[in-house]
Amino acid sequence: MPTFGSFALLFALALSGYSLCAGAIALRQLATGSRGHVSPERLAETARRAGIGSFIATTGAAFALVWAAFNNDFSVAYILHHTNRALPGPYKFAALWSGQEGSLLLWAWLLSIYGFVLRLRHKVDVKLTAYASTILAGIQVFFLLLLNFAAMPFSLVGGTVPQDGFGLNPLLQYPEMVIHPPMLYLGYVGFAVPFAFALGALMMRYPGEKWIHITRRWTMVTWLFLTCGIFLGAHWAYSVLGWGGYWGWDPVENASLMPWLTGTAFLHSVMMQEKRGMMKSWNVWLIFSTFLLAIFGTLLTRSGLVSSVHAFAQSSIGTWFWTFLVIVLAVCLFTFILQRDHLKADNRIESLVSRESSFLFNNLVLLAACFTVLWGTLFPVLSEYIQGNKVTVGAPFYNRVAVPIGLFLLFLTGIGPLLAWRSSSFKSIRKNFILPCIAGFITAVVVIVCGVRPWEIFTSSDQGSFYSFIAFTLAAVVVTAISSEFLRGAGVISRHTSQNLLASMMQLTRRNTRRYGGYIVHFGVVIIFIGIAGSAFNQSKEEELGFKQSLNIGPYRLECQSYSQDSNANYDTEYALLDVYRDNKKVTQLAPEKRFYAASQQPSTIVANHSTFAWDLYVIYAGKNPDTGQPIIKVFLNPLVAWIWIGVGVVVFGTAIALVPNMSAALAATRSRAAALAPAAEAVAARGGD
Amino acid sequence: MHQLGRLVAVAFIALLTMGSASTAVRYNDLGHKMMCVCGCNQILIECNHLGCPDSERMLGELRASIAGGSDDEGILAAFQDKYGPTVLAAPMLTKFNIVAWVVPPAVLILGIALTVVLVRRWRLRATATPIGLPAANFSAVRERIRRETEL
Repeated sequence: MPTFGSFALLFALALSGYSLCAGAIALRQLATGSRGHVSPERLAETARRAGIGSFIATTGAAFALVWAAFNNDFSVAYILHHTNRALPGPYKFAALWSGQEGSLLLWAWLLSIYGFVLRLRHKVDVKLTAYASTILAGIQVFFLLLLNFAAMPFSLVGGTVPQDGFGLNPLLQYPEMVIHPPMLYLGYVGFAVPFAFALGALMMRYPGEKWIHITRRWTMVTWLFLTCGIFLGAHWAYSVLGWGGYWGWDPVENASLMPWLTGTAFLHSVMMQEKRGMMKSWNVWLIFSTFLLAIFGTLLTRSGLVSSVHAFAQSSIGTWFWTFLVIVLAVCLFTFILQRDHLKADNRIESLVSRESSFLFNNLVLLAACFTVLWGTLFPVLSEYIQGNKVTVGAPFYNRVAVPIGLFLLFLTGIGPLLAWRSSSFKSIRKNFILPCIAGFITAVVVIVCGVRPWEIFTSSDQGSFYSFIAFTLAAVVVTAISSEFLRGAGVISRHTSQNLLASMMQLTRRNTRRYGGYIVHFGVVIIFIGIAGSAFNQSKEEELGFKQSLNIGPYRLECQSYSQDSNANYDTEYALLDVYRDNKKVTQLAPEKRFYAASQQPSTIVANHSTFAWDLYVIYAGKNPDTGQPIIKVFLNPLVAWIWIGVGVVVFGTAIALVPNMSAALAATRSRAAALAPAAEAVAARGGD
Repeated sequence: MHQLGRLVAVAFIALLTMGSASTAVRYNDLGHKMMCVCGCNQILIECNHLGCPDSERMLGELRASIAGGSDDEGILAAFQDKYGPTVLAAPMLTKFNIVAWVVPPAVLILGIALTVVLVRRWRLRATATPIGLPAANFSAVRERIRRETEL
């Protein structure tokens, strides 16, 4: 099977290379009007089919690696280093992306899947798709070159083949790790598609904005995958790393956040181009940057450029990525300079106080946030270069610099929908802002009454209370603004159709899924912000707990019922059984664990978490006191964490709505009339038709 | 103008460093301002990996320093001297490290200022060009408005 895998990779490289070259020649012939022995249309078709063939070959290679993992083929070095016989099935599958070579294979495979779908749907716009397909083939060639010559997943073990593997990193043996990396990669890789379309459209001077219509769903789905990937990673960190938090501003986390921020900016500003023919150059560079940042993120996580708590899969392939980045940037720059006259805006922003301006500022703040993250991530390298010594840029830096930018973004989320297109009059601003402002003021008072002291920022080094106060207040402003938008539109429909408000809201959403789906996404973002704001009030305690001894934190009392140890083929475990009481009533039993994996000889924490809307009771088995033999238990009371995961669910729901095509106004009106007539018809039928 | 610039710089640095006065939670605050040096890349007080050779000892040193009456700056400086600059979770406001703190907000402010200037220039250009709408085109204009504002 390793031979088959290696051959499949080589074959995939040949096919992708052909797809790139034949595609480029055909497009060149089409552009210049010259003809060779084969017509450019036929040549382009062979390039498309070679691209499809490359998907089949890459799938074969991915299958070969998974097959080798399931069959304990330890003659393959990658399988030897990332699996063992006792590893459960799902984690053997996850081994595909647990190491350097496998995750690069996953990247190439996902890219080939995206390319396959794109090439199948080529009739949407044959010429533009041919350009995009050729660009995707170029990206695919890079990854396949890596897999064939630099990070070979099917390298064989020299000498005697060991009987068992070294096992999977214990931190990766968690259910979310089976879906978090593929999600993240689907996001990273997915941005290659809008990138290819944007670059292709620019190369061919594509008339109009149709390429944006074509790529809109691609971009949204990709963004959704990346969002899910990031938050699954946060949830994994929260559940597995056992330090009580979900985001540590680690370079690897930052690497995923940067393309997300520029991708989010692109999703917003592309609407301006679609509707008003504005910001064309800006949009092109946003999607170029997003793709470049996705590649840069991959480089960061693998080259050892910056040290990371994830510290996985570092190697010398950094040079390959740097070269690729420079080539992509050069191609983008060259194409832009050559075709920049094609990107002239049809309209200009006419007022600072307008919906267009809010989009522009939203973009600016998102890019500033991206720059801050990039700056913080790379500053240690810059410091070493200039000062001769590295510094650490960790959470305290981001909390002071990035969090205020995030809050400013939240503020813009609230005011954007309240501004009119082109220009807002003072009267309309006053009318639209009064309700959200009142809501914000009331919330601010309630938050202070509840015990939040924002002025503590002047007396303590902790800015948490201040930031959470601002976050709660802005959250109220944004929710009121969004709700009033929904209610205003639904009220109009309700008056015209006599439907109730809820039905009217649903109809309103279906008539403009993108706008109202977007509002739901914003609502989800607000919920996430509320959840994050809760972290300012985290509490923690660490105590040694013997049999029947207890520990109090917040409203909870934890009583140790027993502590013991166990083992299976994969790991040994130590755990404590803790009864949790609230108001002297038992609410649950928690069993925090510490595992020690046999194959990898590494420990791992299994957190026990009792999650409610108000807070998470997060319990860690910190170890045993060697003198007494009693477990040391660390407990965190983390407020509002569940809101983050709920918020992500709302974001997913909102994005799904935005992906649904609009119901036309005419169809909506017909349905409303039919619905309004139905009760009358039923009444007539009930009376016997008289 | 020069004095105003100075005032803004002082206010900015004060904002970044405000609240550094000692409190009952100094141990917790300082523990969050330093990193564990074992290579785990975790905040000192949050380092939780089994058998860490450094975090317990460092936290002990931190307790001793606080009990010894040192101020926060002194404690951070002493740790920096002993373990190197990477022990601090964020760069201090010294020499080149100030750049780390100043550049991101400066970029944001500069971006906002540029955007405002740009939009004002566009606006002036737009108001200088009167738009005449023939009555026959009214439905086309309505359609355009609908298309442009349906977001």
